[in-house]
Amino acid sequence: MPKVTYVQPDGREDTLDVTTGTSVMMAALSNSVPGILAECGGQAMCATCHVYVAGELATQIPPVAEDEDEMLEEAASERRPTSRLSCQILMTDTLDGLVVQLPDQQI
Amino acid sequence: MSTTASIVIVGAGQAGFTAATSLRDAGHVGPITVVGDEVHLPYQRPPLSKAFLKPGSPPFELAFRPEEFFAHHQIDLRLGERVSGIDRHRKAVEIAGGGSIRYDHLILATGTRERELFDRASLPTGVVTLRTADDAEQLRDRLIESERTVIVGGGFIGLEVASAVYQRGHSAIVLEAAPRIMSRVVSPVTSDYFQQIHRSAGGIIMTETLVGRVTTDGDRLSGVITSEGHSIAADLVLICIGVVPNDELAHEAGLAVGNGVIVNDRLTTTDPAISAIGDCARFPGPHGVLMRLESVQNAADQARALAQSLVGTPTTYDDLPWFWTEQAGSKLQIAGVADSYDDVVVRGTVESGSYSAFVLRSGELMACESVNRPRDHVAARRLLASGLHMATSDLIDETFDLKSASRTPAA
Repeated sequence: MPKVTYVQPDGREDTLDVTTGTSVMMAALSNSVPGILAECGGQAMCATCHVYVAGELATQIPPVAEDEDEMLEEAASERRPTSRLSCQILMTDTLDGLVVQLPDQQI
Repeated sequence: MSTTASIVIVGAGQAGFTAATSLRDAGHVGPITVVGDEVHLPYQRPPLSKAFLKPGSPPFELAFRPEEFFAHHQIDLRLGERVSGIDRHRKAVEIAGGGSIRYDHLILATGTRERELFDRASLPTGVVTLRTADDAEQLRDRLIESERTVIVGGGFIGLEVASAVYQRGHSAIVLEAAPRIMSRVVSPVTSDYFQQIHRSAGGIIMTETLVGRVTTDGDRLSGVITSEGHSIAADLVLICIGVVPNDELAHEAGLAVGNGVIVNDRLTTTDPAISAIGDCARFPGPHGVLMRLESVQNAADQARALAQSLVGTPTTYDDLPWFWTEQAGSKLQIAGVADSYDDVVVRGTVESGSYSAFVLRSGELMACESVNRPRDHVAARRLLASGLHMATSDLIDETFDLKSASRTPAA
């Protein structure tokens, strides 16, 4: 199973093995990784699962779609070029080793 | 109220769950007990009529958080238990089957239940409703076998389920009592658009149609008969004609109720030691009128506002309502509530399948219905939240940059 690492604002890290096809958002919730709210349940209707994804692997994630793009504008923490909604990142073997940084706030 | 007080939450849905977690996040250290009558861990409901019903969807994780989360945060979950009464004098809730739990503050997050069309006991199997995860699982199983699905009620849930039926390659027949679908929540422009796309996707939408009774062949469901006497064959009938708030506990305890538990702008009932939030609460809405909303946004935002008040930061609830639905391949996002309006103007074209309908009263924006146009939705949320006035001509002018204008701080 591909691994994803969540980095908290204080530097704490959690690494999870995630079933292929599961979103980075859902994996965090199912494993009590703090920092992700995901209020709309993964519909790109809110911006409470905001993460920053840097590095080479970020380019392997499908690009930001229009609804995700608009919602990211509403994120509680600063939007950066690396901003994504984690509900829109589905884990694949290619993304094994993905590192996502959590923002200070989601609401 | 002291952060060491004992808080009991009745209801383990979106509102109850968010209240419990927000209280902990806000620094409440006293006992928190959540009593829920379903046996499942608190879970999200929006997917039940959407992704959960899709053919071939993987096992769906609905729970907000795993069991350890609640233990770790010292949130006492009492699942599969029902509160049968509130003793306001003793400040305790009574549990059906025995026992009681004392509270310093009580939060009612009891939600709603399906409005009944027929006496449930007299119905054959194959007549179903959709509210809980168990309902959704049953419905998903039946959709696999069903050849002819009749949906009674053309609201969000009924139409979302109809969309799941088309995805399985079948037609769905939707019977709506009103002259147009979703008439309670959207303008005629949007009703017409969705009626059209449902028909194109394989739906049969019959408006101004009431159901008289369910018909059977032996003990098997065979269909429904409309109040005008037309027979419609069906092997699955979903009844989703709206909900009623679970306000009986509050009523029996002597609190003010009326289509929901009546609260003030701090979400407090007529007893200062009891609050109500989410689908069951009737609160002063954006236009000063008491209203009750059935949505995730309302449940979660009210829960957070209340949590702030309870830990000592008095917070008035005045968040902008928003809703969404996905049907027959189109995404509808609504910002604001149009409880009354006198004009609807359209940005973009309905025919293109990407437009926003701005709903106005005396020239002021009340709500915005965006179809496949998230950019307008986000701009409308900002406009409505800030109260910034926009000329109608600008709203419909596609060369006018609504998004930038919505960022301009109100004068």
